[in-house]
Amino acid sequence: MTIKYKTIKEIKNMISQKEISNKEIIKEVFDQIQENEHLNAFITLNKEAALKKSEDLDNNPIDLPLAGIPIAQKDLFCTKGLRTTCGSRILNNFIPPYSATVIENLENAGCISIGKTNMDEFAMGSSNETSFFGNVENPWGKNLVPGGSSGGSAAAVSAGIVPAASATDTGGSIRQPASLCGITGLKPTYGRISRWGMIAFASSLDQAGPMARTAEDCALLLNQMCSHDKKDTTSLDDAIPNFEENLNQPLKDKKIGIVKDLDLSSLDNEVVKVYEDSLKEFEALGASLIDISLPNLSLSVPTYYVVAPAECSSNLSRFDGVKFGRRSEDPKDLEELYIKSRSEGFGDEVKRRILIGSYVLSAGYYDAYYKKAQQVRRLIKNDFDKAFSNIDVIMTPTTRGPAFEMGSKGNDPIQMYLEDLFTISANLAGLPAISIPNGNIDNKPTGIQIIGNFLDESSILNFAHMFQTSTNWHKYTPEGVKE
Amino acid sequence: MSWETVIGLEIHVQLSTKSKLFSGGSTEFGAESNTHVDLIDMGLPGVLPVANKEAFYKAIRFGLATGAKINQESSFDRKNYFYPDLPKGYQITQMTKPIVEKGSIKIATDESEKVINITRAHLEEDAGKSIHDLFEGKTGVDLNRAGTPLLEIVSEPEISNAKEAVAYFKAIRQLVTFLDICDGNMAQGSMRCDVNVSIRKSGDKKLGTRAELKNINSFKFIEKAINYEIDRQIRVIESGESVVQETRLYDSEKNETRSMRSKEEANDYRYFPCPDLLPVVISDKELKDIKNNLPELPEEKENRYISEIGLEESEAKIISSSKTMANMFEEASSKTDDAKLIAKWLVGDISALLNKDNIDIEESNLTPENFGKLIKRISDNTISGKIAKSVLEEIWESGSDVDEIIKTKGLVQIQDESILEEIAMKIVESNPDQVAAYKSGKDKLFGFFVGQVMKETGGKANPKSVNEILKKLLK
Repeated sequence: MTIKYKTIKEIKNMISQKEISNKEIIKEVFDQIQENEHLNAFITLNKEAALKKSEDLDNNPIDLPLAGIPIAQKDLFCTKGLRTTCGSRILNNFIPPYSATVIENLENAGCISIGKTNMDEFAMGSSNETSFFGNVENPWGKNLVPGGSSGGSAAAVSAGIVPAASATDTGGSIRQPASLCGITGLKPTYGRISRWGMIAFASSLDQAGPMARTAEDCALLLNQMCSHDKKDTTSLDDAIPNFEENLNQPLKDKKIGIVKDLDLSSLDNEVVKVYEDSLKEFEALGASLIDISLPNLSLSVPTYYVVAPAECSSNLSRFDGVKFGRRSEDPKDLEELYIKSRSEGFGDEVKRRILIGSYVLSAGYYDAYYKKAQQVRRLIKNDFDKAFSNIDVIMTPTTRGPAFEMGSKGNDPIQMYLEDLFTISANLAGLPAISIPNGNIDNKPTGIQIIGNFLDESSILNFAHMFQTSTNWHKYTPEGVKE
Repeated sequence: MSWETVIGLEIHVQLSTKSKLFSGGSTEFGAESNTHVDLIDMGLPGVLPVANKEAFYKAIRFGLATGAKINQESSFDRKNYFYPDLPKGYQITQMTKPIVEKGSIKIATDESEKVINITRAHLEEDAGKSIHDLFEGKTGVDLNRAGTPLLEIVSEPEISNAKEAVAYFKAIRQLVTFLDICDGNMAQGSMRCDVNVSIRKSGDKKLGTRAELKNINSFKFIEKAINYEIDRQIRVIESGESVVQETRLYDSEKNETRSMRSKEEANDYRYFPCPDLLPVVISDKELKDIKNNLPELPEEKENRYISEIGLEESEAKIISSSKTMANMFEEASSKTDDAKLIAKWLVGDISALLNKDNIDIEESNLTPENFGKLIKRISDNTISGKIAKSVLEEIWESGSDVDEIIKTKGLVQIQDESILEEIAMKIVESNPDQVAAYKSGKDKLFGFFVGQVMKETGGKANPKSVNEILKKLLK
């Protein structure tokens, strides 16, 4: 019996049918991690505690929604007593005294945290090449990037090591790696999942979410991850539906918005074809395509690259070598302590964004950059509000193409930033969006993005699940198509 | 050339909430270093602030008491700068939408009364403390204070001299203590102030370049620092140079101000709206509740003392000027029905003792209960006013109970007229010369006989009775 490439639903069945013990599952996970060491998907493992928890579950089975399900946690969530680095040298030695709300929610639901996954440093990157702990390899091919920033989480699920991983998405960090690794990844509405214990990159954009093999599994995870948290004032107090309930709604008469302002001509023909085939599939499922206009969409990337660095430049100020994290040795005075600790502790991409952020917030530039960006952000949000008045979801390709080679965009940050072209607007508008596998080009997976209206994760999960009941793309693994 | 001074004050008032502005950490003063610090105060990765409504309520009380505009929707911004005792690398403050705007307060100096306008009062978190003298060659950081709520009260530049500045500070202190939003304890840093000083030629409309004097925490130093700074600026300008915009530190030991940093070196704080905190909304009901529960303010107290209790204006003013004094008056009055006598003692003997020891009435051994009892023993003739003074002194020293003191020292007034008569008779008989002189018209000698009786009774004789008896005997 193996859990490799199995879904949460399948593993739950195996456990309840007593086909496999909880301990066997966790042991297999760690065997798989070892076998896939070359992927470099993990920064810190939680082996002893995970094994102990699985033994306890075998001895005293508890009826919990996700009892015994192994999960990989992005190393951006604080985990009590377990090192949390955020992919950075400056937090190389940081062991949090508390756990993030979302980690607690998942563990309280029975999940077993098996370790912390590699990621772009402070979630800044789209290829997982900015991690202090080295690149993550995409299980689909040597030297291919897994995407970022949740590259380790995506690779761990894609390689079948775990059925689920937690991740975060500030500009596409769940959806882009999900797409590049051929799995399903969901970014919920901003505020659905508490940010307490998530190490902040850009507070007004950051949102945690699940990565899994299917939309159905994402619904199972989302049910547990969401909560209204008094510790996070931006956490939403709205009712949390059962996200499984709506999965099988027929798509008949449902409307898909197609953004006519989106110029796909710069994309490869093959990418466009895969995308259009998927739309045809949705039409076959009964949905209709409706042209919509998001006139300010083209401003998303520049807007994002003002707002996100501005917030990050402030959020990352606490990493100063004074209270926690790494302090440079023998500074001669306070200023040198700051300069050396931060110069040595942060990588180039993080420094670049802190510089941009400090610049756009500085006196005399604030109005021209930060304030303007916030105004444009409002316009983008208004565009979406208007569009959603007569459609159910919006669809776009998730990325400009399948996984690219490591190092191929490393010297051109602008090219890297454009990776997030399709995903960023959902963050700016705070909307939920999911990426699901929808094709395969040269044995590399592609993804389609489904954006939902505010708080309407149910609709995007419904569309995604119906697509996965009629297609097999989500069953493709690096080792062939799953039975 | 004659110069005119323009002063504006920024007063930081530490709000007396139980927990901090954005965390559940305790605000208690004086605890061991770094023991009142929770995850949020430490600025650990991943933590988020949650605004403490209590701090808003207290800020609103201040706003209402100064006739200010209350912004029922106010928001927080981040002020970014690096300092070891600033855990997050930014301070959360209210830059664009403060809770309180456009208030005013009346101040009085020996010369005049004046209204000073308050530009704004906003909430912000305090930083921790850097401790430079504890570790050889190193600086320690104590984060107990980090996150304590402050109300920063910014005045318009309408203050014209050091005396007015002190009067303004005192008026604010009086108000915040009456409102019960700050303990007003300056020694513990509950109130600190930054002073902006500039000078200009008399009659000029344009403001001169200002210097900001940082972190002054006593009335005396405010006055001295401002006067030093005015002189310095006049010297600078009269020597043909110009004042530079800068932050200066007042050194109380040398009585001088020194440059800390100039405008060029000043931080660019890169203010922007704090994305972790939604705007805080105060409902109409909350506002109404605060309004209805606003405590009685000094001026209202003063008026009530005069019109309802019948105190002299001067007494009412002194008693209502400090919250602890007013509390003592009101509580002690509730124990007796002679509020006027309470007032006389408060502004008289008790104020004298307070001045002598340079303490606040709260710090003395006098409790309202004991004070009330003392006054009662005077009005029920148990002791005379003179004896009462010695009883008060004894209370001042030991804090003992009034009746206890009277009993153990045998101070009960002699009421029995037959005893007094006997004593008076003896005095009259043993001083025939004085009697003769008195009878021949030396009226002043009456006091001699009273004094002799008092001496004989150890001051315990009821003076009124003694007068009557002696008048009878000497007729």
